[in-house]
Amino acid sequence: MILWEALQYEFMRNALLAGVLASIACGIVGALVVVRKMSMISGGISHAAFGGIGLGYLLGFDPLYGALAFTTASAVIMGFIRERMGISEDSAIGIIWVTGMSLGVILIGLSPGYAPDLFSYLFGSILAVPSSDLIVMAVLDAVILVIVYFLYEEFLAVSFDEDFAKASGVPTERVYLILLSLVALTVVILIRVVGVILVIAMLTVPAVTALQFSRRLNEIMLLSSILSIIFTVEGLWLSYIFNIPSGATIVLVSVVTFLLASALKKIF
Amino acid sequence: MSEVIRLENVWVKYGDIVVLEDINLSIYEYDFLGIIGPNGGGKTTLLKVILGLIKPTRGKVTVLGDTPEESRRYVGYVPQVTLFDREFPATVLDVVLMGRLGRKGILGRYGKEDLKVAYEALESVEMLELKDRRVGELSGGQLQRVLLARALVTDPKILLLDEPTASVDEPTKTNLYELLKKINNKVTIVLVSHDMGVISSYVEKIACLNRRLFYHGSPEMEGRAVEETYQCPIYLIAHGFPHRVLKKHKRGK
Repeated sequence: MILWEALQYEFMRNALLAGVLASIACGIVGALVVVRKMSMISGGISHAAFGGIGLGYLLGFDPLYGALAFTTASAVIMGFIRERMGISEDSAIGIIWVTGMSLGVILIGLSPGYAPDLFSYLFGSILAVPSSDLIVMAVLDAVILVIVYFLYEEFLAVSFDEDFAKASGVPTERVYLILLSLVALTVVILIRVVGVILVIAMLTVPAVTALQFSRRLNEIMLLSSILSIIFTVEGLWLSYIFNIPSGATIVLVSVVTFLLASALKKIF
Repeated sequence: MSEVIRLENVWVKYGDIVVLEDINLSIYEYDFLGIIGPNGGGKTTLLKVILGLIKPTRGKVTVLGDTPEESRRYVGYVPQVTLFDREFPATVLDVVLMGRLGRKGILGRYGKEDLKVAYEALESVEMLELKDRRVGELSGGQLQRVLLARALVTDPKILLLDEPTASVDEPTKTNLYELLKKINNKVTIVLVSHDMGVISSYVEKIACLNRRLFYHGSPEMEGRAVEETYQCPIYLIAHGFPHRVLKKHKRGK
């Protein structure tokens, strides 16, 4: 089988491992994003990451750390805007989205020389994940798992009925801020796989597909992680065979599977 | 009897729009107060002010002798069922347990006691059999009872209900009110609704809310300024409510 042949190469093994690590994060956090209906917020946070990537280019550090700083900062800003400012969340998302992208473009423009792997941050480059990034991804996965383990009930309650949760004594503002931070971490993990522009797909499509088949949030988290692993491996395999970009292939494989699953569910 | 909720000159404005205007209201222990009024009259806002979810633009709110935020954990809230996402992945038991979240501490887990209380509450609203059902699969009346159970597990001293009969058929309505009457032995109840007919036969006191509040309930209010009491019946007739509801209520006193 072609996949086993491909696994002789280190970059292919790293790619698979990166896919699995990313799937764990996007399955769990994606389920929360979908039930809390915050996919557009996630879009804003992921595009804000581009500003951090630009900063990394300009100052010569790993752009992934720049992305982490920018996604976390934009998550916090998003949380505060909702609580304290007079503008709607929707407008805030738009502003953060374009500010991050513009900053990124300008900072990269200011950087000396040509930005060789810029395209990979925009659309993903799972085939070029260095081992050092795998460690960052594993650590972020661990952080996400621990937080969701302890705050699962709070996330569920805040997503279902925020007013009631607040009225019964849950610190909903803090819980929401933590939820946004989880999205920020997940975005950083996913940038390597599908790039800032397509992150939103991995945060929503596997979870929405899982939502068709399960009635419990924890099952949806597990199922969408598994689905995401399948999509990633399948997409990787197809991109290897046909020599097409891997990130976009993974996304399209996910979308097609979602459509098939929805159609099947309608029929039966 | 002791006063459990007190609103003094409370105003709520959203931008330039006045939603609540100069509300003065005292609610006493074990009252069963029904607040009626048209949609957009500020009923939900009033409940949220009592819960401390909305801060009044002006005026003072006291709940159980303290601020609404401090007293929140003694107040059970049953919001409108129409607001819920029918696709939401949670079971009946999951939802009822949400009422215990405030007391388990943010890092804690639900314990045996929480489960026991949740089962009892589900039993009391006759929903225990459906505890593993996804909430999206419930009828309006069933979801209403689940939300009531969720409020009951907080062990409230005050229960606030927002349109509890909005999506419920007649027999279920009667059941629900009978249940509330039983709960009223131990808990102060404030219920808002536009459904005048049923309210009047169960609640002990009635107030009308349409931005301003007109209080009819307590006997000492009867003789008050004619103008004040006059406005509500006129407004009731104007909005198609039968006048006799109010009269019948007065005779009962």
